[in-house]
Amino acid sequence: MGEVLLELRGVRKYFPVTKGLILAKVSAWIKAVDGVDFSVIKGKTFGLVGESGCGKTTTAKLILLLEMPTNGSILFLGKDTQRLSKLELKDYRASVQAVFQDPYSSLSPRMRVKDIINEPMVANNWLPPRDSYERVIELLECVGLDVSMANLYPFELSGGQRQRVAIARALALNPKLIILDEPVSALDVSIRAQIVNLLKDLQEKLGLAYMLIAHDLALVKHMSTQISVMYLGKIVEVSLSDELYANPLHPYTQALFSAILPLTPDQQKEGIVLPGEVPSPLNPPSGCRFHPRCSNARPICQELEPISNEITPGHSVACHLY
Amino acid sequence: MTKSGREILKVSNLKTYFFTRSGIVKAVDGVSFSLREGETVGLVGESGCGKSMTALSILRLVPQPAGRIVEGKILLDGENLLEKSEREMRKIRGKKISMILQDPMSSLNPVYTVGDQVGETIRIHQKLKGARLVTKIKEALHLVRIPSPEVRMRDYPHQMSGGMRQRVIGAIALSCQPRVLIADEPTTSLDVTIQAQYLTLLKEVQQAMNVSIIFITHDFSVVARMCDVVLVMYAGKIVESARVRELFNNPIHPYTIALLRSVPRLEAKIEKLSAINGQPPPLLNPPDGCRFVPRCPESITSCQHTDPPMVAVGQNHHVSCWRVKQL
Repeated sequence: MGEVLLELRGVRKYFPVTKGLILAKVSAWIKAVDGVDFSVIKGKTFGLVGESGCGKTTTAKLILLLEMPTNGSILFLGKDTQRLSKLELKDYRASVQAVFQDPYSSLSPRMRVKDIINEPMVANNWLPPRDSYERVIELLECVGLDVSMANLYPFELSGGQRQRVAIARALALNPKLIILDEPVSALDVSIRAQIVNLLKDLQEKLGLAYMLIAHDLALVKHMSTQISVMYLGKIVEVSLSDELYANPLHPYTQALFSAILPLTPDQQKEGIVLPGEVPSPLNPPSGCRFHPRCSNARPICQELEPISNEITPGHSVACHLY
Repeated sequence: MTKSGREILKVSNLKTYFFTRSGIVKAVDGVSFSLREGETVGLVGESGCGKSMTALSILRLVPQPAGRIVEGKILLDGENLLEKSEREMRKIRGKKISMILQDPMSSLNPVYTVGDQVGETIRIHQKLKGARLVTKIKEALHLVRIPSPEVRMRDYPHQMSGGMRQRVIGAIALSCQPRVLIADEPTTSLDVTIQAQYLTLLKEVQQAMNVSIIFITHDFSVVARMCDVVLVMYAGKIVESARVRELFNNPIHPYTIALLRSVPRLEAKIEKLSAINGQPPPLLNPPDGCRFVPRCPESITSCQHTDPPMVAVGQNHHVSCWRVKQL
């Protein structure tokens, strides 16, 4: 499969729910991410799918070291990110970058495009200012923007152009991994394909690894080599993307696929419409977290939490049915 | 699917312009379509193409004073809404035509209970109060499958999930048995599984009440699921209109074709999506000619100068493109 770039081992993140203002007491824990294992391969795309509130973004924040895991470890090229020296940490932050959903709020409105792209290089004392300006131009060309845009402010750009600036900024420090958190869902339909194509081209050219977080399964399948499906803080199924589409095993994955509306009116299928909604992570159901919404639930599902099982090589599922 | 109900709403040559300091923004520029009883018409397009403004024009809720409906007719059961007084319009909004907005969090009032908000419409239009009002509220909530309505009607919006809130909005919109329901991207802010639930519900309610729906969306898969007739809008104009099956099987306008192609599909393995170059044009002082020209792969000289007229290319299939006329 290739070299493992990033590995998550049993990562958990619990947020305390406190009561009282002074001398606050912890009354409960929100288990946002509850024991997640996966690895991202060099130069490949790892897709993470799930509904809102399932812990996708928290996972991304943990990888970016914006949150510290309650438990478990995140390894980058075999090294534990929590035990990095100051210098190594700086290196790590440069190698892992992010592109966020909304390019309207992720770019500073008071900075020019060139300064936005330059900022990571300045912050990391990379290049003297004159050289870095050449690098800015190189980056602008790299993401398909005109060099004349360097002097504009974000408000003068369209959504698609802004997202290109955000991508250029992420590329500035020659990262190895870029976390894409819903990179196109805030963009117009006709612009989305442009950005998706750009991301794919850049990956090929620069050998980048992506971790793609999205709720649009068709997009995730189009971009990823490997997909994992998350539900309420846990990964319920991991597989190669074609295999997952051809042979989804977990009832939740099956429901997610059938909730996707067909693109033509001729193939109207009556899919599985899941009853109910995602329960609160404050008080997740016992046993398998999906059992209240699952049509195949058996008594054991209420009591025992299923462990992830490898069914075929590279395809694991956490479900009592298998 | 070939229902031929009575024509309820007819919009002809609607033009809504915004008069700003820097010039005239032609947000809606000559839109015509009609809506039959029990039918769903889909308005598809990118943000800023005028689909929401078309909806607001029908309800006469165009932001004042910059926005104005400068031309056109909107006939509801033969009566022109543009000639109504504001007082008369108030009796129409929420009763004959109602609307579901995109974001259920911002369209509900956080300081009133859900029951109060559903009741408001019923109280105003049907002049009910007391126990009869409560029964009606429960009925409305029951219609959109909110479990135990007598309990949930005392909840505040923040106590409900996104899907439930959007159902409450549906209950408000449908409480007075409107003839026309305008749904403006009702599922965009919902999760995929909740979207599937909501669309199924909307279809069932539509069949039960025989209401006509104008469905505004940018998502072709939602169109495929929900609509009978599709209107594709680009930069304030309708560029193609057809029955849903015809549009998907035989799209003609280059914009429609490009949009349909640019979406990743689950079944197909494609290495590269075919993207549409460039961006939607600004609507401020738009140039003459077809507005899709700068992005069109197949433009010819006549596209630059004059706007192409709508021509029929098949039964109920109309396209506005110069190349079609030449064929």
